[in-house]
Amino acid sequence: MAQERFDAIVVGAGPSGNAAAYTMAKRGLKVLQLERGEYPGSKNVQGAILYANALEKLIPDFREDAPLERHVIEQRLWTMDETSHTGLHHRSDDFNEERPNRYTIIRAQFDKWFSRKVREAGVLLLCETTVTALLRDEKGKVVGVQTDREGGAVYADIVVLAEGVNGLVGQRSGLRPELKPDTVALAVKEMHFLPPEVIQARFNLKGNEGVVIEAMGTITAGMTGTGFLYTNQESISIGIGCIVSDFAESEVTPYGLLEAFKAHPSIKPLLENSECKEYAAHLIPEGGYKAMPELCGDGWIVVGDAGQFVNAVHREGSNLAMTTGRMAGELVADLKERQAPCSKAELGQYRRRLEATFVMKDLKKYRGIPDFLHGNKQVFGLYPRLFNAAARNWFRVDGIDKRTKEKEILTAFRKGRTLPGLINDGIKLARAWR
Amino acid sequence: MLEAAAAAKVEEKLYQNRYLVDAGRPHIKVRPHIVPSKALLALTHACPAGCYSQNDQGQVEASVDGCVECGTCRVLTAKTGEIEWNYPRGGFGVLYKFG
Ligand SMILES: Cc1cc2nc3c(=O)[nH]c(=O)nc-3n(C[C@H](O)[C@H](O)[C@H](O)COP(=O)(O)OP(=O)(O)OC[C@H]3O[C@@H](n4cnc5c(N)ncnc54)[C@H](O)[C@@H]3O)c2cc1C
Ligand code: SF4
Repeated sequence: MAQERFDAIVVGAGPSGNAAAYTMAKRGLKVLQLERGEYPGSKNVQGAILYANALEKLIPDFREDAPLERHVIEQRLWTMDETSHTGLHHRSDDFNEERPNRYTIIRAQFDKWFSRKVREAGVLLLCETTVTALLRDEKGKVVGVQTDREGGAVYADIVVLAEGVNGLVGQRSGLRPELKPDTVALAVKEMHFLPPEVIQARFNLKGNEGVVIEAMGTITAGMTGTGFLYTNQESISIGIGCIVSDFAESEVTPYGLLEAFKAHPSIKPLLENSECKEYAAHLIPEGGYKAMPELCGDGWIVVGDAGQFVNAVHREGSNLAMTTGRMAGELVADLKERQAPCSKAELGQYRRRLEATFVMKDLKKYRGIPDFLHGNKQVFGLYPRLFNAAARNWFRVDGIDKRTKEKEILTAFRKGRTLPGLINDGIKLARAWR
Repeated sequence: MLEAAAAAKVEEKLYQNRYLVDAGRPHIKVRPHIVPSKALLALTHACPAGCYSQNDQGQVEASVDGCVECGTCRVLTAKTGEIEWNYPRGGFGVLYKFG
C-alpha cells in the first residue's frame, strides 16, 4: 500500500464508520476507510429499521436517492404464548408525512448507497481489506493500522474504530474487554419474498406504507429475547434473537427457534407462499451503559456497536452508530482545525459531547434493564401466558358471567406469580425503567 | 424439534446464501482436546450455521464453510480458549445480498 499519510483511518464501512468518514471528509480531512467485505454491507445484518433523524443530520436530502423500502405507519407490539398473541397496535395517518420518521431498509443495499456518498465526499475506500492490528509509536500512541494486504501498514493521526460488535482489533489491542455471553444477543434472520400487492393486502397498506411487529413471549422458549417481522417493498424480514448465554444453557438451536416462530399461528399466514432467499445471523451488544468500554485514547476513538452503543429496549442501534460516528468525526475535525493533537485528553470531549445527546441519555436511563431481564425470566414465559389466557377468557362469550371471569383472571395471576411476586416485579421494572 | 430435522433445515437455509470460500484456509479452528468443555459442547447447538459437531470420540469438530461470521462461538469459548477465531481473509466468507 502506498506510504501515504492520512488524517484519519476508519476501520469498517457500517453506519458508524460511514458517518465518521463522511463527516471528516466533508470538513476537508484526508480519510482512508478499510472494509473487510467485498463491498460495504456484504457482512452486515440488521432488522432493519432506519431512523430518519440520525441520517438527516448527515445527509438532509437522503430521501431523494437512498434505497428506502417502506415508511412505517403502524407499530405492533405482541406478547405471545403458544397459540395466541395479545397486542398493542399503533397506526397513524400522521406517519404518512412528507418527511417520514422511520423506514424499513435492506442493509446490503443501504450500506452500498451510504458508502457511495462517503466516497463522493472524498474518502478513499479499500474493500476486501481486514485490519489485523493497531500500530503504535514508542509512547504507545496509536499511529496507524496493519492490514492483511501485502505491505499493509498505513499511518494516520487517528484511527476510528467502527468495526462493529465483533471488534477484534480493539479487543485484541486491549482497548476494551471481550464480549460477555450474558450481555450479547445472537439474532437469526430470513428474507422472505412476496409480491408487493400481497404484502399490501396482508398488512392493510397502500403504496410505500409499512408495518413493523416486535414480539416477545414463549416464542423464545424461556430465553431472554425478542422476535421481529418488518415489511419491505417486496419482502418480509423476519428474525428472532436471544442472549448468547441462554442459547448455550438451553438445548435450543437458533434456526429451530426461528422455524418455530415462523410456524406460530399468528405469524404463519403472514409469510404464506413466500420464497426465502437469505439466512443471516449477527450479534447485538445488549449490555448497555454498564458494558460501555473506554471510548478513546491516544490516537484512537470508538464508535457504534464496537463501543456498545445500542439501545436494546427500543431496538435502536444504527441511529446511535451514525450519531456517534458523526460526533467523533466532528471532534476530530475540530481538533484538526485547532491543530490540536488527537490525544486522550483532547478526545475526552467526545464523551462529554455525547452526554448532551439522546445517545447517552437513553443508555443511562435503561442502564438497569439488562440486569432486570436477566433475573426475571417470567417476562418471557409466565406473563405472556397469563396475559394471553386472560384475553382468551375475557373475549370468549360462553355463558359465564363477567364477574366470575374477572375473578378467574385474577386468581390465575396470583397463582402464577403470587401477589408479592407481582408487586416485586412491578417495582423492579419501574426502577430499571426510570 | 428433532436434531436431525433441524440440522437438515439449516443446511437448506445456508444453501440460499452466497459464499466465497477460502479453500484450505478455515478461519476458525478448534484446538486439539480430549474432553470438550461445556461451552465448546454448547456450540453443537448454539452455532446458527450448524458448523460444529461431535465426533465418535466425543470431541467437537468444526466445518466452517457455511459460517456466517456471527462470533457466537468466539464469545462462548473466550474463557476456555478452545477455538482460534479469525475473520476470513478480506473479501472471503459470507456475502450477504440483503443482510
Ligand atoms: C438482527 C438485527 C436487527 C437489528 N435491527 C435494528 C433496527 O431495526 N434498527 C436499528 O437502528 N438497529 C438495528 N440493529 C443494530 C444495528 O444493526 C447496529 O447497531 C449497527 O449496524 C451498528 O453499526 P456499526 O457501524 O457500529 O457496525 P456494523 O454495521 O457491524 O459495521 C461494522 C463494519 O466493520 C467491518 N469490519 C469489522 N472488522 C473489520 C476489520 N478488522 N477490518 C476491516 N473491516 C472490518 C465489518 O465488515 C462491517 O462492515 C439490529 C441488529 C441486528 C443484528
Ligand atoms: S462464527 Fe457463528 S456461524 Fe461461524 S462458526 Fe462461529 S457460531 Fe457458527
